[in-house]
Amino acid sequence: MAKHHVTTTINGEPVEFLCSTRQTLLDVLRDELNLTGSKEGCASGDCGACSVMLDGRLVCSCLVLGAEAEGKSVETIEGMAEGDRLHPLQQNFLEDAALQCGICTPGFLVAAKALLERNPDPTETEVRYWLAGNLCRCTGYDKIIRAVMRTAAEVRGEAS
Amino acid sequence: MTGEKTEFKWVGTRAIRPDGHDKVTGRAKFGSDFALPGMLQGRVLRSPHAHARIRSIDTSAAEALPGVKGVITSADFADQPAELAAAGEALVNYRDMVRNVMAREKVLYDGHAVAAVAATSAEIAEAALELISVDYEVLDHVIDVDLAMEPGAPILDEELEPAGMEASGPTNIAKRVDFDLGDVEEGFAKAEVVLERSYTTAAVHQGYIEPHAAVASVSEDGQAQIWCCTQGQFMVRAYTARLCGMETSQIRVTPSEIGGGFGGKTVVYLEPLATALSRKTGRPVKMIMSREEVFRASGPTSAGSMTYRIGATRNGVITAFEGTIRLEAGAFPGSPVQPACMCAVAPYDIKNVRLTGYDVVVNRPKVAAYRAPGAPISAFGAESIIDELAKELGFDPLQLRLKNAAKQGTKAAYGPTFRRIGYEETVEQAIASEHYSAPLGPNQGRGVASGFWFNIGGESAATVNINEDGTAVVVSGNPDIGGSRASLALMAAEELGIDYTKVRPIIGDTSSVGYNFLTGGSRVTFATGLAVVEAARDAVRQMCERAAKIWEVESDGVIWRDGHAVPASSNVGDFEPLSLADIAAQSPKTGGPICGHNAQNVQGAGPGFATHICDVEVDPETGRVTILRYTAVQDVGRAIHPSYVEGQIQGGAVQGIGWALNEEYIYNERGQLENPGFLDYRIPVASDLPMIETVVVEVPNDRHPYGVRGVGEVPIVPPMAAVANAIENATGVRMEHLPMSPPRLLAALDAARLPEAAE
Amino acid sequence: MQSVQFEAPGTVEQAVALLAGATGDARVLAGGTDLLVQLRSHMVDPALVVDIKHIEETRTLVRNADGSYTIGSAVAGAEAHEHDRFAAEWPGVMESWDLIGSTQIQGRASLGGNLCNASPAADSVPAMIAAGMTANIAGPGGRRTVPVEDIPVAPGRTSLANGEFVVSFNLPARPAGGGDAYLRLIPRTEMDIAVVGCGVALVLDAGGIVTSARVSLGAVAPTVLLVEDAARAIVGTRLDDDALAALDAACQAACSPINDKRGTIVYRTQVAGVLARRAARIAAERAGSR
Ligand SMILES: Cc1cc2nc3c(=O)[nH]c(=O)nc-3n(C[C@H](O)[C@H](O)[C@H](O)COP(=O)(O)OP(=O)(O)OC[C@H]3O[C@@H](n4cnc5c(N)ncnc54)[C@H](O)[C@@H]3O)c2cc1C
Ligand code: FES
Ligand code: FES
Repeated sequence: MAKHHVTTTINGEPVEFLCSTRQTLLDVLRDELNLTGSKEGCASGDCGACSVMLDGRLVCSCLVLGAEAEGKSVETIEGMAEGDRLHPLQQNFLEDAALQCGICTPGFLVAAKALLERNPDPTETEVRYWLAGNLCRCTGYDKIIRAVMRTAAEVRGEAS
Repeated sequence: MTGEKTEFKWVGTRAIRPDGHDKVTGRAKFGSDFALPGMLQGRVLRSPHAHARIRSIDTSAAEALPGVKGVITSADFADQPAELAAAGEALVNYRDMVRNVMAREKVLYDGHAVAAVAATSAEIAEAALELISVDYEVLDHVIDVDLAMEPGAPILDEELEPAGMEASGPTNIAKRVDFDLGDVEEGFAKAEVVLERSYTTAAVHQGYIEPHAAVASVSEDGQAQIWCCTQGQFMVRAYTARLCGMETSQIRVTPSEIGGGFGGKTVVYLEPLATALSRKTGRPVKMIMSREEVFRASGPTSAGSMTYRIGATRNGVITAFEGTIRLEAGAFPGSPVQPACMCAVAPYDIKNVRLTGYDVVVNRPKVAAYRAPGAPISAFGAESIIDELAKELGFDPLQLRLKNAAKQGTKAAYGPTFRRIGYEETVEQAIASEHYSAPLGPNQGRGVASGFWFNIGGESAATVNINEDGTAVVVSGNPDIGGSRASLALMAAEELGIDYTKVRPIIGDTSSVGYNFLTGGSRVTFATGLAVVEAARDAVRQMCERAAKIWEVESDGVIWRDGHAVPASSNVGDFEPLSLADIAAQSPKTGGPICGHNAQNVQGAGPGFATHICDVEVDPETGRVTILRYTAVQDVGRAIHPSYVEGQIQGGAVQGIGWALNEEYIYNERGQLENPGFLDYRIPVASDLPMIETVVVEVPNDRHPYGVRGVGEVPIVPPMAAVANAIENATGVRMEHLPMSPPRLLAALDAARLPEAAE
Repeated sequence: MQSVQFEAPGTVEQAVALLAGATGDARVLAGGTDLLVQLRSHMVDPALVVDIKHIEETRTLVRNADGSYTIGSAVAGAEAHEHDRFAAEWPGVMESWDLIGSTQIQGRASLGGNLCNASPAADSVPAMIAAGMTANIAGPGGRRTVPVEDIPVAPGRTSLANGEFVVSFNLPARPAGGGDAYLRLIPRTEMDIAVVGCGVALVLDAGGIVTSARVSLGAVAPTVLLVEDAARAIVGTRLDDDALAALDAACQAACSPINDKRGTIVYRTQVAGVLARRAARIAAERAGSR
């Protein structure tokens, strides 16, 4: 069966790729486009390591078909820093040791950024529920939640 | 060794980790992120049966599928004699290992590999698996450890000869271990209160988020390269060489960044298969496990069953402890029953202890190490029965622990007499914490528990290369799972007296650094850290010699201070201090490159202790438990990087909470795993938890230059009993089985309510 | 395993033609949060996948002039959340939708998918049934509208005929004195499939007496149940302890669950009663507060 020719925008750049129906957006990003920052922890929507923004919505790229990306815009972890300037969340994850092994980190960062864009002043409970679809087995979440809360405060202009 | 220094410039700071930027930008390469030109995709066919004899395997249809380049079965691996090899804290047997990576006569668990395919795409490889036909003779299976020990149980290995005991006929018991201290009969005779209880725990998985992955490329000259996510590149090299019949020097293993391991990546699964497939096809082969395969085929830890008896005087002195611990090994011998016995009551100074352990094979995946292997299981029971004892004696549970605390000079049941340890400090800090006296509401309860892990040393080799511009590279050989590179660089910076950012730590492949035992047992910051410190000191010694040469003085006339060579005294002469950069710049003229080196088998690991406090709320109508507050107090020796120390404690505690409440392997009556995914294998999610408060106690290990003990293992030991004790405190109901999931807890609550209702 | 055709039609008619004309299994793709998992694990092996998200009617959530709602079958939970009145008027329906998976799943998961996947544990379905929702179905024979409870017939099976799919749902205007609630029991706080779910919608008169009610239970039988005895137990009462006890008993009596990895028969039955009591109280509070 012929492959689909998909035209899309990834991290602001126009991108074209070929994929079969069975290939997910995650498969395409990792295997066809060499954007391996999005991780596969489960391929079933349970871990959030593959989180990307699809037309401004947070989704698991393992649960989106590559063919569905036609005409859409995709943002991945690779597009989060601006040039050599880290996003404040990236910087604070580093400073607050919000990662241990780091496999979950891209997913958490993409998800946390989506949260702060929607809700600049989340409570701890809101952060925890928003990020409940991102599994981390190393940190016990503590430092991740703190880093997100601190970033929110900084972005709001409150000293922390 | 310690006490050399108590003021530090770098040690104890929260520096940004050297691998951090790559990990927040997606640039870091993990196991499945590697690709090579012309690479094939490998997939594994796995047994749907828990126990079956393989009559035959027909791979011809799969081989004929266009795009399939090679198929392997056990016939592609030479059989191995029974021989023991170190793997983490356990020992493995090559005869078993070759059978675990690819089933031979029998399949022994649901998920056991029976064949593997390499094809030009993953889709083709998966289609090819469906074309392999395996003729199985299905056999009775046994999964529960107690049932496996009963007479008449299905036998996994007719030839199994138990160690440490006599067996009359075939058995599933692989080993018996015994630990004896004092005279338990006498101890119980002195006791005024004696309790006897039984406990069980479920098999749980390490649950690392990154599935196993490996790329192997074997050249025409027989040289192999492997890239994989592992806790030990040298372990991968040794095992793969052996199973594939190659020489060690022919294989070069490069560890990728590793997405969690917790002990589960201390063994090989895919690496020998990818190597064999690459050799057969002449192409690089990439293999990745799906999440389902991770659960079905990679090591969970043991399920356990134990019976304990404890005796004490009315004034709270524990006079005797006796226990039998039975652990599942999975399909092949090698459960962590020995460390389970060693750790069960190690926090206590009990004069009379007898512990017997059994290592039992069952039809589950072969267990792999999981954080403090064995200790969380045995401690769940021990810390529960001690809680009951405290209640029985009318003691505060922490005061009872303090009264019986092990301290310097205490002889542990597993052999050693403790040097300076920090157990009492952890209990005292817990008692003093604001948490311990905070008020509780209705349906809420508080529990405490302690834990122990001996920590390990082992072989480590490290090199510190001084660069020509005054920076340094630290080369070591342990995959960094939780920030160990940062700790190694901090110690090197401290020794060299240069800025932390000028020290670049890297993890060498098997051909670029000396042998390092794998990352496990909380050894890296301690043992490899020691090798790095010694290597840095070696470099410093060389730099002092170079300075002596430049100054034309005796080399013992130069000492190192704050990153500079200075004259040892005014007698030596009056010289301007030479910085590390100065010396490096002149090195071509003074003798060439400056490379500090150290390799040793590190001894002197410092035991670690922890005491945890947990508050829960129980919904009396549904049995759901909410963790309200959690504090973990731990003696870490010295926190080289406090953030990563806290992170280890928090992560371990949360894994323990998952083990306590919901995690378990669920099998159907055919012995198939029913929950091989994160949806139904329920690890804690962010919204399940409060912040995990940490109290870091620093009682330095006197056998490490910076006082380091291990940190990573101990925090998973106390949580299960802490949660159980909190549930008991909230409800009056004692849970003796893990996990304490809502259906189990509600049934227990109802059972306890029945007699009340009848009154 | 076969190769799969993928189509993304822009109209209902095109979608029906594709679905009806397919040789072999044809699957509708809404948010894909069930379908992709099933594809990956080889639980389904379709010849055709039809993405319905380019059809305007499946993608809009509108409040009609009479206060009723028309909800596109492929609208994602996150989109519904952004509607200015929906969550306030039908908090139970919104909560049940919200409970489906994580934030990421919310970005995709639809009511149509949740219903047509036909899991007895589907969270939104008890709430939809309690709220009295109906489904607008398009097919080769034209359009028809059926109550939501008539669609699932067995685990994984619906009453939809070949070529049919759900285009949208109708949600009645919230009655004066009306309130709804949905509760589920999961062992964790998120990311679990319901062990038991219960939706309650009721109407109180000015005196606080329940004048009508619908109670629905999930995960306690092969399909989501509408439990009429449970409604009868509370209609005419002020939800006093006796009424709640009768509700609890009626719900328990309606259960015919199984033992599985997610829960036991005893547990599910008992908790169904507990959740019904709690949900009824919340629904009544909401009704009373308006
Ligand atoms: C991590 C995770 C967590 C989840 N948690 C929950 C949970 O808590 N509660 C819960 O109930 N579910 C849960 N689910 C399941 C799933 O997300 C929901 O069932 C969701 O509502 C499905 O909607 P969808 O739009 O993604 O459906 P899809 O996957 O697109 O479709 C599901 C099925 O319905 C069919 N279908 C879809 N739309 C239509 C239509 N309009 N007409 C006819 N047939 C149609 C499809 O062909 C397919 O068979 C979870 C799933 C994941 C991956
Ligand atoms: S890989 Fe997509 S959620 Fe786990
Ligand atoms: S840091 Fe390892 S999984 Fe989160």
